Amino acid sequence: MTSSPAVPDTTPPQRSWYKRNEIAVTPWLFLAPAILFFAFYVIWPIYQSIVISFYDWDGLGEARFIGVENYVELMDDSAFEVSLWNNLKWLLFYLLAIPGGLFIALFLNQTVTGIRIYKSLFFFPFVLSQVVVGLVFSWFYLPNEGLLNGVLGLVGLGPVNVLGDPTMATYGIIAAGLWPQTAYCMILYLTGLNAVDPEQIEAGRLDNAKGWKMLWYIIIPQLKPATFIAFVVTIIGALRSFDLISIMTNGGPFGQTRVLSFYMFEKALSEYGFRMGYGAAIAVVLFLIMLVFIAYFLWSMWSEEKGR
Amino acid sequence: MRFTTRSTLMALAGSTMLAGAAAADLSGELKIFLDTSNPAPRATMEKMIADFGALHPDLEISTTVIDREAYKTQIRNFLTADSPDVATWYAANRMTPYVNAGLFEDVSDLWAEPEIAENLASTKGAMTIDGKQWGVPYTYYQWGIYYRKDIYEELGLSEPATFEEMKSNCQTIIDSGRACYTIGSKFLWTAGGWFDYLNMRTNGFDFHMDLAAGKVKWTDDRVRATFANWRELIDMGAYVENHQNYSWQEALPFMANGEAAAYLMGNFAVAPLREAGLDDDKLDFYQFPAINPDVELAEDAPTDTFHIPANASNKEAAREFLRYVVSADVQTEINNGANLGQLPVNASASVDDDKFLNEGFAMLSSNSPGGVAQFFDRDYPAEMAAEAMQGLQEFMVFPDNLDDILNRLDKVQARVYK
Repeated sequence: MTSSPAVPDTTPPQRSWYKRNEIAVTPWLFLAPAILFFAFYVIWPIYQSIVISFYDWDGLGEARFIGVENYVELMDDSAFEVSLWNNLKWLLFYLLAIPGGLFIALFLNQTVTGIRIYKSLFFFPFVLSQVVVGLVFSWFYLPNEGLLNGVLGLVGLGPVNVLGDPTMATYGIIAAGLWPQTAYCMILYLTGLNAVDPEQIEAGRLDNAKGWKMLWYIIIPQLKPATFIAFVVTIIGALRSFDLISIMTNGGPFGQTRVLSFYMFEKALSEYGFRMGYGAAIAVVLFLIMLVFIAYFLWSMWSEEKGR
Repeated sequence: MRFTTRSTLMALAGSTMLAGAAAADLSGELKIFLDTSNPAPRATMEKMIADFGALHPDLEISTTVIDREAYKTQIRNFLTADSPDVATWYAANRMTPYVNAGLFEDVSDLWAEPEIAENLASTKGAMTIDGKQWGVPYTYYQWGIYYRKDIYEELGLSEPATFEEMKSNCQTIIDSGRACYTIGSKFLWTAGGWFDYLNMRTNGFDFHMDLAAGKVKWTDDRVRATFANWRELIDMGAYVENHQNYSWQEALPFMANGEAAAYLMGNFAVAPLREAGLDDDKLDFYQFPAINPDVELAEDAPTDTFHIPANASNKEAAREFLRYVVSADVQTEINNGANLGQLPVNASASVDDDKFLNEGFAMLSSNSPGGVAQFFDRDYPAEMAAEAMQGLQEFMVFPDNLDDILNRLDKVQARVYK
């Protein structure tokens, strides 16, 4: 008698390791390129910057470890103080782009012949390069020939030299920056307005809400996702303000329009900049400021996810 | 091109001699990086390199022209990473970071050759650090006051020789509704030119260099004297308004339109002013007048240079190229009015027959006994220059901030020269 198994062989055929762990591994495989690049191009440079900030290094010769000396010097550096204040001004006044964008979006959110053209025209400045925006505005502000002084002259004011006056120059540059940034916020709000629930507006109407009340209690709460994104991009835009400053004033007059990113560039990388360590220390301070906002953004996104 | 028969013959003789000496054995690749990005200098350089290439047919030459401003920051990268065989740069202290970091080749051997030792002696000092030479010059140019001759004639003024005359001229010009001097200080260095001259005229060349070397404090009374002289000009309204908004090019129209009568500038300002319609009847030049009769006149004459990076791969060909660049006939050719329009560094070369080049050459060779400085941002260490020029601009706009500015500069000085 041949002995044959009473039951069929149930052991499954040996599957490969990958097949067995497919569900656990695949997400990581897809993430791997991003993680790799993020580690190499973001995490590693941050670490390097922090290390360099403890050295006295001209970018060419030997680096000398000096501990926190760069930071001690920063405490006592009036140019750094000016840059820090200017960064604050940027953060604060750049946010005007959000209400500005909302206002224009509300204004343009109607059906009139050719509204698409008006919308594109309002969006146009965002498409322009920051360099072009800076040039246009520096001509606009020119003390003698500029359009601004021409207009001011008509109403009997001026002349003002916006970019040559240390107290006004930063505001002048921020105003130039607001032009494209408002357009950006406007687009965010226009898409947001498309998603506003008409039933709620209807319900609001029945309850006699109109004008400001309608806007404040019905529309704006529904635009919260758009507001959040607008806030994020505006804050980041304010902290990255470099091109406009470089084009419009080159940090001047006498360094009064510098912000941290520009000061870092000047100290470490510009024509006369040979202080990599000092520049890195400024970068670290800027990074810490950004970290506050990044932490807030992450936290609010996380609590949003959790709430769902 | 204006060539004398003599120099043509010399050029011929020179090129055949060079060709005979070196053509046979130079081969490989020669990478040249240039910062001469303006159209005229660029064409000059490319022509010169092509001529050099024709002498050395086996040599494969590649030329990279980088924007002049961008070059100043890129040089750090390409000297350390992917070195060319020849690179342009500037003389004096501007070389120091690269010399100290060992990125420039010591070319003292070239300077020991009689051809160069005899003809380039005048610029040897500017190329020397630690007793060695680190490159060769290829051109230099005078600084001085370019002025509207027609306006001066209209007002019955003559070229001033003293500070008193300078001020009284200026008062007349202001009374006629013009500014005496145009300047655009947005990029700061133009204010450095004014400080160079005022300080060298008030305290002399040696004092100016002591300040550059950190041996004198900025709060020193003698420095204050310089600023006091400067303040006289500022207070009388000598400069165009809102100069902090303009680059040096943007300040040119004031002079071309007759809103300002003069411009303290390098000779490179002549070309754009001529293009703007000022011919030699309207445009003229004078040396910055004496202020303190006890100090000898000294001038700014920035020198542009060629260097061999220490990491160059074809140093033999690079040396030959440097020899070629400084040779008398090439110097005559590249510096003539049709090309760079500047002064040749080789004593046997001839200066092109141009009004401003002749005046400048005469001034630098016979009327600058005090010495020849490079320029504020080339003589002073980079960091000191950057901070100081910012302070100079601030002073020009708010002269009352002087104490604050000088104290700040003292602090920077204490750090930079430790």
